Amino acid sequence: MDSPPVTEHDAQPNEEPRRYGRRLFLVTVAGGISSLYWGKAAWDHVTGVISPVASAIAPGIVPTGGWRIYTISGQMPVFDPATWRLKIGGLVEQPVSLTYDELRALPRVDQVSNFHCVTGWTVNNVHWGGVRLHDVLAAAKPSSTAHALEFVSMEVPYIDYLSLQQASLKDVMLAYEMDGQPLPREHGAPVRLIIPQMYGYKNVKWLDGINLVPREQAGYWEQLGYDQDAWVGRSNGYGA
Amino acid sequence: MKAGYVRRFSRVERLLHWVNAVGFFFLLATGLILYVPRLSMLVAHRQEIQYIHFWGGVAWLCALTAVILLGGRRLLATARELDAFDRDDLRWLRGRGGPQGRFNAGQKINAVLTAAFAILFGVSGLLLWFGEQDTRYRFASTVILHDGLMYVSLFLVVGHLYLTLIHPATRHSLRGMTLGNVNAEWADRHHSKWRPE
Repeated sequence: MDSPPVTEHDAQPNEEPRRYGRRLFLVTVAGGISSLYWGKAAWDHVTGVISPVASAIAPGIVPTGGWRIYTISGQMPVFDPATWRLKIGGLVEQPVSLTYDELRALPRVDQVSNFHCVTGWTVNNVHWGGVRLHDVLAAAKPSSTAHALEFVSMEVPYIDYLSLQQASLKDVMLAYEMDGQPLPREHGAPVRLIIPQMYGYKNVKWLDGINLVPREQAGYWEQLGYDQDAWVGRSNGYGA
Repeated sequence: MKAGYVRRFSRVERLLHWVNAVGFFFLLATGLILYVPRLSMLVAHRQEIQYIHFWGGVAWLCALTAVILLGGRRLLATARELDAFDRDDLRWLRGRGGPQGRFNAGQKINAVLTAAFAILFGVSGLLLWFGEQDTRYRFASTVILHDGLMYVSLFLVVGHLYLTLIHPATRHSLRGMTLGNVNAEWADRHHSKWRPE
């Protein structure tokens, strides 16, 4: 910018300059550190306005709705409807193998629930479409010696467990639709486990197997130190 | 130095700038792979990228610290220049002109925010890293702070690149940060209060 002639005459040549630089520095650092306490609440206010706009103009570019995509391997599993099967096995009378169409033919449920990640982000009001676990397991006739479920992901070696009691909680489901669309690849296509009461690492993506087992074991993240029961707000150092 | 040119940035100032710039863009690239769903899907290898991003960040902060220690008093003098805002600076910020020193008021603000953000990126990045291993370091807002800093920094760096590479009136300044010197007439037009040695 070229400087126009200065018309105001209040600038004294020997005036002591103000130390605004350090103030700006300290205010920014302090504001940033304090946002560890208020940032999420503020963000939740803003995100309701921003994310519909962002997902409309740049789908898949900006993480919208607060989702972060976590994987554990070098290759995100690919869903091929011709070869994919959901295999129900373990302690059952009759192992079952469901095609994608057979899974979708089971009684459909819809629900709106919140999704919480243990690393600190949350997506509210996700619309899931899918099936309840008991409808999937019924045909296999689980044995009475089974007390837990093993969820096997196509993303090897991701695996996790729920007790039968946890698996029968309200709102636990296998979701093949998300917000009115077939479950996108990055969210675990074709089907993922949804247990809104627990953090995301229990919500196994890219499912292709459910085994009935005598008891729960440490899943992928539990072996790396996360809690076995990932109750939202009451595990992994959150809450009591 | 070529005749008609004056020295604007010392070697250590330029070193600090370029260490920061290289680190920033490396961390931006690896960070975006972790952040943008399409890129995450394309590259995958999340654990490895996360590892590279974290240790890249540690190296960046260590390198910045080393350059600052190396610069010592010379960089302290630069920091004093960036700290001081006189009436002309405030007038300039209001868009009413006002002769500027070696740094104009916008450059001062950019530099101060960049320094503050480096600290905040470091703190929030360390919290994210250790929070994955020890829940005492976990805060619900850490990821929001880290991402928010990225958005604001991206905005600043785009403006910075525009002014230094494209905008005809100011792009001459790039020479100051690469070769160290700028045209004396240009300096007189844009930084008339600056008296180069």
